[in-house]
Formats: sequence, C-alpha cells, structure tokens
Amino acid sequence: MAERAALEELVRLQGERVRALKQQKASAEQIEEEVAKLLKLKAQLGPDEGKQKFVLKTPKDSKGTRDYSPRQMAVREKVFDVIVSCFKRHGAEVIDTPVFELKETLTGKYGEDSKLIYDLKDQGGELLSLRYDLTVPFARYLAMNKLTNIKRYHIAKVYRRDNPAMTRGRYREFYQCDFDIAGQFDPMIPDAECLKIMCEILSSLQIGDFLVKVNDRRILDGMFAICGVPDSKFRTICSSVDKLDKVSWEEVKNEMVGEKGLAPEVADRIGDYVQQHGGVSLVEQLLQDPELSQNKQALEGLGDLKLLFEYLTLFGIADKISFDLSLARGLDYYTGVIYEAVLLQTPVRAGEETLGVGSVAAGGRYDGLVGMFDPKGRKVPCVGLSIGVERIFSIVEQRLEALEEKVRTTETQVLVASAQKKLLEERLKLVSELWDAGIKAELLYRKNPKLLNQLQYCEEAGIPLVAIIGEQELKDGVIKLRSVASREEVDVRREDLVEEIKRRTSRPLCMC
Amino acid sequence: MAERAALEELVRLQGERVRALKQQKASAEQIEEEVAKLLKLKAQLGPDEGKQKFVLKTPKGTRDYSPRQMAVREKVFDVIVSCFKRHGAEVIDTPVFELKETLTGKYGEDSKLIYDLKDQGGELLSLRYDLTVPFARYLAMNKLTNIKRYHIAKVYRRDNPAMTRGRYREFYQCDFDIAGQFDPMIPDAECLKIMCEILSSLQIGDFLVKVNDRRILDGMFAICGVPDSKFRTICSSVDKLDKVSWEEVKNEMVGEKGLAPEVADRIGDYVQQHGGVSLVEQLLQDPELSQNKQALEGLGDLKLLFEYLTLFGIADKISFDLSLARGLDYYTGVIYEAVLLQTPVRAGEETLGVGSVAAGGRYDGLVGMFDPKGRKVPCVGLSIGVERIFSIVEQRLEALEEKVRTTETQVLASHWWPSSVSRSSRMGSSSSAQWPAGKRWTSEEKTLWKKSKGEQAGPFACAELSRLSGESGTGTM
Repeated sequence: MAERAALEELVRLQGERVRALKQQKASAEQIEEEVAKLLKLKAQLGPDEGKQKFVLKTPKDSKGTRDYSPRQMAVREKVFDVIVSCFKRHGAEVIDTPVFELKETLTGKYGEDSKLIYDLKDQGGELLSLRYDLTVPFARYLAMNKLTNIKRYHIAKVYRRDNPAMTRGRYREFYQCDFDIAGQFDPMIPDAECLKIMCEILSSLQIGDFLVKVNDRRILDGMFAICGVPDSKFRTICSSVDKLDKVSWEEVKNEMVGEKGLAPEVADRIGDYVQQHGGVSLVEQLLQDPELSQNKQALEGLGDLKLLFEYLTLFGIADKISFDLSLARGLDYYTGVIYEAVLLQTPVRAGEETLGVGSVAAGGRYDGLVGMFDPKGRKVPCVGLSIGVERIFSIVEQRLEALEEKVRTTETQVLVASAQKKLLEERLKLVSELWDAGIKAELLYRKNPKLLNQLQYCEEAGIPLVAIIGEQELKDGVIKLRSVASREEVDVRREDLVEEIKRRTSRPLCMC
Repeated sequence: MAERAALEELVRLQGERVRALKQQKASAEQIEEEVAKLLKLKAQLGPDEGKQKFVLKTPKGTRDYSPRQMAVREKVFDVIVSCFKRHGAEVIDTPVFELKETLTGKYGEDSKLIYDLKDQGGELLSLRYDLTVPFARYLAMNKLTNIKRYHIAKVYRRDNPAMTRGRYREFYQCDFDIAGQFDPMIPDAECLKIMCEILSSLQIGDFLVKVNDRRILDGMFAICGVPDSKFRTICSSVDKLDKVSWEEVKNEMVGEKGLAPEVADRIGDYVQQHGGVSLVEQLLQDPELSQNKQALEGLGDLKLLFEYLTLFGIADKISFDLSLARGLDYYTGVIYEAVLLQTPVRAGEETLGVGSVAAGGRYDGLVGMFDPKGRKVPCVGLSIGVERIFSIVEQRLEALEEKVRTTETQVLASHWWPSSVSRSSRMGSSSSAQWPAGKRWTSEEKTLWKKSKGEQAGPFACAELSRLSGESGTGTM
C-alpha cells in the first residue's frame, strides 16, 4: 500500500512537472521526454489506474453536424435574406413542419436512399424518423389539410445518414430552402416561374455565372423505350446517365454495358441522344426525330418543354437555360420537367450538401406524390425547387474572406463608456436611456473599466460610436460622442444625445 | 386463384364506377350505395386488402405551422430578436441532436423525457432538451471564456400528454445568455432588463418578474432545519406555492415528504414573503438568516441587483419572492421568472408554470462539467416561453380583428401613424419613407388605416406596417 501511495505521489509530481514545462513553453523535446516518464510511471500503477479521470473528452458535435458560429450565422442570415425576399416577391406563404415525422410517412418515398433515414429509438410511443427532405412533409401537409393549391416556401434543416467515408465530409444535417407551387393550373406557367425564381436568386447572390439544365422525365422514359432499354432497367440506367456531368461517355457506357447488363447497341443509341444539349432549337429538332416522335410520352415532354421555353423567353431568362438530355437526376417522384442549376466556375468543396458537382439548386414537377397520402388518391400536381444553401454559404464565406470584408457579428451602434472610475451608475442610466429609445448599445460589465479597453472593445466588434461619460462632462451636462473610425470627439448635450446618435447612424454607409 | 383475380377485377371496376359517379357529381345516396358495394367486395378479399393505411398526422405533441401561424411567429421573433440585437448579442446555432453523453447527467429526473435516436451503428445521439447544455458544450468545445449570445430553436421533450394536457413535445425556446467572469450582477441586471423590454414590447398584458436566489433558498432551508437529503424535494414543494395554497404545500412536505411540522412552519414564515428591496434589507437583519453565509451572499447580491434595476428603470416590475424555487438543478445564484398577471393557462402551451412566460438565472458550474480541466465559465441567462406567447398574440389579433397578412405587398404607410406620434420617434433610424407616390389603396388598406386612427397602433401593426414600407421596426414604441 505504501508503495502504491508513493507511486501515486510520483505520478502526481511528474504530472505537475509536465504542466509546468508546458506553461513555461519549454522545448517540445523536453516536454516529450517528461511526458514519456509520466506515462511509464502510470503504467506501473496498472492499466485501470493509468487511465484515471485523465481528462474528460473535449466535447464535440456528432459526426456530420456542426455549430454555426456568429460569423457563420452572419453569412447565413445574408443568404437567407436574399432567398426569402425572392420567395416573398413571388407571393409565397411560408410554413413549418416538425423535425420528425411518423416513420410510416417517410416509408416508401425515397427508394434506395431510405437506408439513409435517421430513425428515433422505439421508446414505447409512435415510431418516428427525422425528415429526409421538405417535399414529403409538404405532400403530407397538403393531404392532411385537404389543400388543393398553395404556393409556399419552407426553410429548415433535413437529416441524412450519409457515410462520410464515401462522400468526403458531406453533412448529415443541412439546410434546404424549398419553394413549391401546388395545384391544377394551365401547363408550364408555374414551372416557368420556378425557373425564374431560381435565376433571380442565383443572380442576386452573386456567386458567379450559372447555367440551368432542363429535361423531362417523360422524354427520358420515352427515349429509353425507343432505344430498347428493358422496363426493369429504367431506373438504374437513369442513374448511370446522370453521371455524364462528372465522367465521360465512355465510362458511363462501360458501366451500363459492363455492370448493368445493357446491350451495347442499346447503349450506343442512348449515347446518340444523351450527349446532346441546346436551346429550344434542340426541342424542335427532337420533335422531328423519326423515332422519338413516335413515342407518346416523349412527345408530351417535348411539347411542354417547347411551351416552357416560350415562357422563359418572356421572363428574360432563356439564355440561362440549357435543354440537356443527360439530366436524369434525383428522386423517383418526378413526373415531368426536371431542372438543375450549376455554377460554371467554383469547384466542389468538402462539407457541402451534394446536389452533384457544382450544383446549387434543383427541382422539378411531381404530380403523383400528394396522391400517395390522400385516402382517396386525389392528385394534387406540384412543381418546385430546392436551393442548396450549404454550398452557397461556403462560397459566400470565401468571397468575403477574399475581399477581406469585415463581417460584423453584432449590430451595436454605440458603446457607453466611462473615462474615470466610479461612473458605473451613470453608465447604467445612460445605456438604459439609449435602449429605451431603441438605440443598439452596450457597456462593459466592469465597475471601473479602463478607457483604452473600452475603445479596443469597439474596434474589435466594429462598434462605430462611443458615448463617453466623464466627471467634468457630467458637471457640464454633456456627453463626449466619439467616432471610432475617425477618432473625432464632440461634446453633445445630454438631452440631444439620442437624436444625435440616431442622426449619425441613419446615414448611408454609416459615416459615423 | 382465378376467383381471387376475378374478385380483384370486380373491386377495380367498382372502384372506377364510384370515381366516375363522383366526377359526374351524382347524388350522395347513389355514391354511398356504390361505395358500400365496393367496401363489401374489398372485405371479401380479406382484411389486409381492405385496409390501406394513410398516414395523415404529425407525431404526437408536434404540429405544423400554417402560414397564418408563421406570420404571428415571425412578428413575435422580430420583437425578440431586435431586443437581443439592441443589447449587442451575437447569434449561434447548434445541431438538433447531441452525443448522448453530452446530455447525460445534466437534467436530473427529467432525463427520462429525452428523445434518443435509434442505435443505427454509429454514435449514440439524443435530441436536444434545451439550448443551455448545447451552449455550455459550445463554450467548452471552442474554449471560449466570454460571449453574449442568443439562440432561437426548437427543443424536444417526451412529455406525457395524459398528464400535462396538450403540452408540446417539440417547441421553440428563445435563449439569451452572457458567459464570462465579470463584476457582480451587471450582466444579471441586463438579463432582467431584456426580459422586461421584450414582455413590454409584445404587449401581452401586465407582467411581474419574481426574483430569488439559490443561495438564499439553501441557506433558508438550512436554518429551518431541512436535512440536506431533502433539499431538492422540499424545493419542488415550495415552488408550487404559485399554484396552490400554503396549507397544501405544508401537507405535502409533512405528509408525503416526511418533514417535521415545526421545520415546515419555519419555512412557511419565510416563503410566504415577497416584496421589493425593503424585504432584502429586512432579511439582512433577520437574526437567523444573517448567520448563514450562503444566504448573506445571496441577499447581498440581490441588494446590488435592485440598485442596478432601479437605474434601469424596471425595479417596479420586480418582486423578491422567497417561494420561487424553480427549475433545473444547475442554477447557482439569482433565479427569476416572469408571470403574466391576467391571461390563464391554455392547452397546448409550453409549460413554465401557471402564467409564466420567461425564466432564467445564473449557472456558474455548468460549463466546467464539460471542460477537460474543469475550468469554470460563469453564465447567466434567460429563456422566453414563446409558444405561450404565440397563442396569446394569435388570440389578441383575432380579437382586434386585425387581418394577418401572409403575403407581402406594397402599401402606403405614411397615413397609418396616429398624428400624435412624432415623425422622428416612429422613423427610428431610417430616413424618410420610401413608398412610391400615387398608389391606389385597396379596401383592406383603407380598413386597416381607419383602425389605426382609432387606437394607438400596437407593435404588431407597427412592425407590420414599417416592414411593409421598407423601414426597420424598432423595439419599443
């Protein structure tokens, strides 16, 4: 026992020695040497003892999730402002839904992706799952409230148990900004408005040039049919074709023939079509295609696209749209037009929600989803879009860094400061007066702060004005108002201070 | 097999017949008749075939927000956020779930109300129960020693609705906290100032903020003779004094919790008291309480707090109430709770107690539980119970017959302001109005204008109007 006690004491002393060396910032080798001695001593104590309360783990976020720091929140707020004001400009209402749904609500809606859904533990109540997107909750909301039409946006986080090993830092919790128009309307008008919204948002965000690829489920299906793709292989061939934006046609063909058992001549026929993209002239051309024009589905799709291009021209955005036959994206529930916006410059970065390489927004028409929820199978046609904001957050963040623009994380307009000691009461009174007048103000939580520290606080936080209380000024009935940027100070009468601050902070660019 | 196939075909045909009748808008009886035939056929197929499941509800204890409810929510958040910003707070956000170990051991008996995620082979996760523990985790993780932040987000509690009549399981919290080692009671006073500003701006009626201190409670129980082991349970009995009579509370303490009657009586002498700073002074002179070091500390701090609250102009809203013994285990100093003086409890509201709409306090030991070196970061903060406020505001708006706009349009705002409100004070920090001249008014606009002439426009009408015209709304009017 005495031996053990002695050993424990040695461990304690050695631990202190290591800590002291670290504090003195001793050389790395010296520290390593002493740490090695410490570990040896601990090992002598025995395996369990060695691991004694040796530090709580530093807490962390769960895998695939992250906190938003104030700086990241400032970026996020700017981006949401642009997006929301566009949605509002188009007359959308907003809704919100719970973060989890009944498990059965989500079952059978996501195909192979269903394995990525987060389930809640069975704790004796209903079986629940975290929402995977905002579209299925929307369909559930429509059916539940027996709505036949609505134009709504919804901004919220969704959850996917992606395997990070495969997808390099893809988030498991990320924001989606969805806009959808539900209802039976004349063809392609709401579809065109969705594309108009997408273009407005991407332009306003100023994240570089972009292109919107457009295709149609019916054209894809018709095209596969006339090329000879067996029904059973439709979906899997779709997902191969969709890779054409990332890999070459050769690779895609090899996958279809080699891995998925497609006949080579069928693959070749597909290749003739899917490598094409263009404007409305391509639509016209395909309408004349001898084989494609025999297919009813394809004709419907082409007809709608032709109409769509007319509307997009009237909306002034046709030059941003490309009819791309290789676009075969996404979820099973699309029934008509599908679209995807890609940036033409910035490469993929780790940690972004994936919509494909360079993809920042996507959507399409899905006429059958709400009917899956309605007891009578009543259909409510829907078309919509989703903005991939996580990607946009990081682009905007990088842009601000590159411009070395200082992003403020608070909106404080004035710091109430004191020049001498024992002026806390006066500061409290004045800051309260400013708050009551609606002015954004702060004070340091010190009884007797040094003026220099108070000024430094303003510099770091970007606060433009300081209201300095001083003994002499108190007697004279004035406050010194100082501009942090210019360092100019002026005495302002106490009763005029509120007006003066308001006047200065309302100037554009706040030339305080 | 052929029989079944034939039966299925009959079902299909009958289904089409029913659909056709509905489309042709045939008479209700006719449709009912054919539907009955359809159901009979389906029943013959067998019970499984007959029942198609349609899931049309949100999980128990959760709800969607319709556009109208979102409009109310947006207004309320605007008032709250602009107050937080006015006080220089930054904003953060954290994930909806935390590692299970992060939440373990922080909530005492309430831990059974935490939603866990299924073990799907990865880390064990739980949905956040509040925003305070994530905040402490954030501070420790980023090694921050001071920050002033707000956080508005939903939290999750597996409350049993049978017991608590419609309490939500998913609900919003609006938290504001100041972390850091500062001179005493200044940040604590600012938290109370913020609470009062928000509750005033929301115009949901008169309110009162009850204030007490963990150390005073602990000291008081000690000198009354409460055994250490019963501290917590006696606390929770005392806390019920805002809902039930002293007799009932005493019965519970003596009858159920085994407290000696004379100890209960001594407690009763204290906890039925409430008042202003004069009560603080009185207790500082109390022969027994003043012998207790903890209680003295608490009383000293409360005295200082009242000085600051007076300078902030809100002392008249604050009541030192010895029966306030609320909430979570992690409070270490001042605790407070704001109650509305009029509106009764309604079903579906997040509970903070009867009529309670906001609460908070000082919790100096929480961050240290996360820090590998046990470094303490003192914190004080508040949480606004917005769900309750949403329903009050919704009712108020309905009562005033104010139509809630759910989409934005351009209006003329200059004529909306009662002329008694001076132009400069209502313009806030904006420059002159920016609406285009010569616009035609809709009848709705005219109606709202007339209403605004008849009464002092409340913050919602004002916030709505200024938002619609492009101005920024300020907090108090």
